[in-house]
Amino acid sequence: MTTQPLNRLQIAWRAAQDIEEGMLVNLGLGMPVAVADYIRPEVDVFIQSENGVIGVGPLAAPEHLDADLVDAGSRRVTIRPGASIVDSSWSFAMIRGGHVDVAILGAFEVAANGDLANWDMRLPNKGPLVGGAMDLAACARSVWVIMEHMTRKGAPRLLQSCTLPLTAVRCVTRIYTDLAVVDVTPAGMVAREMLAGLSEADLRARTGAPLAFAPDCRPLVTPDIALPD
Amino acid sequence: MPIDKRVASAAEALADVADGATVFISGFGGAGFPNVLIRALRDRGPKNLTLVVNSATHRYSYTHELIEAGLVRKVVCTAARGHSKEPSAFERLWMEGRIELECVPQGTFTERIRAGGAGIPAFFTPVGFGTELTKGKEVRSFDGRDYVLEHAMTGDVALVRADTADRYGNLSFRYAQMNFGPVMATAATLAVAEVRTMLDEPMPYEHVQLPGVYVDRVVAVAA
Repeated sequence: MTTQPLNRLQIAWRAAQDIEEGMLVNLGLGMPVAVADYIRPEVDVFIQSENGVIGVGPLAAPEHLDADLVDAGSRRVTIRPGASIVDSSWSFAMIRGGHVDVAILGAFEVAANGDLANWDMRLPNKGPLVGGAMDLAACARSVWVIMEHMTRKGAPRLLQSCTLPLTAVRCVTRIYTDLAVVDVTPAGMVAREMLAGLSEADLRARTGAPLAFAPDCRPLVTPDIALPD
Repeated sequence: MPIDKRVASAAEALADVADGATVFISGFGGAGFPNVLIRALRDRGPKNLTLVVNSATHRYSYTHELIEAGLVRKVVCTAARGHSKEPSAFERLWMEGRIELECVPQGTFTERIRAGGAGIPAFFTPVGFGTELTKGKEVRSFDGRDYVLEHAMTGDVALVRADTADRYGNLSFRYAQMNFGPVMATAATLAVAEVRTMLDEPMPYEHVQLPGVYVDRVVAVAA
């Protein structure tokens, strides 16, 4: 059992364990796309990419790269059996219409009421990039976030209210971090799992919003997964 | 005269694009970029264009060449960020205040275009409510949820990439090439498609993904 903070692939693994058979899942750019690698093989799910691919498969092998078959991150991918491809308007109608069961997104900040900030870090000298983030955050049936619990400088990212520009209001229902699994409930944040070796006080000290603990709060356990070099 | 929307070259297809035009450009992530048409438009050189395109800069698209050539007044897009540390041509002009930017959530972007081609002047969407991107827009509550009023977009020209076409302008697409192409064609006065293959025979109906009624000119391009 690890007591080190999870690495980003272990966070992705943990989120993947909660994906259920038959779900339509959208995975955000960055850390979330790694979730696909850890969905249990016996669980049959479709991954939706907002450019219209319904049923994204693994990345294409180098000898089968096809510039016309890409996912929302411009990665050259494959399609799974039973896949279909629609245009962008249909794809976003699917998202807005609540047909995507869960969107797993990265985040800079999440607030106690579920507000999400994940699109604009106010980078100097860079143009804005919103893509489909607002559509997914506002309209997926569930929005799960995977993120580091704190910034590199040690500031909390789970906050009473977001400081960065919002992606959507009151949308996040679950947060997977390197330290804990936290539900966002009408009563605020509730830890469901926490890294062994941390105390409740330790986790509260790293969290910028009031944090409750579920009566059955369990240790956060994942396999060892090495990061690529 | 029988219908025949085939034209011999990209230059001919764009010969009447005027200064000040609003130009839709399809493509996402490397699929469906009408790069031959984009270059032909750059060579024609109309000024003060408004581009409606998902990315102001994408490594596989030539959109940036229109911007670098000084032809563009405004960009409506969902992604205005360059790929490298150095600012892109768009980012430089935008920071200097020499090009206008309207950044739109992607589903709203494509639905505004769809609405433009479907006779819907405006619509309410939950996307963007409570964010900077919808500041000042009309909000209305339906069944306890807040929605933002968004207006349709129409254009003068749509540049679309597809895989195959026939003389009637019927189009079919490979894989994720479709993306914004179909709606852009429906919402533009002049819809031009570049395709890999021009069919000699009419396309079988079950292969048609965009009916030729929406397409004005088709041009076969290499690869």
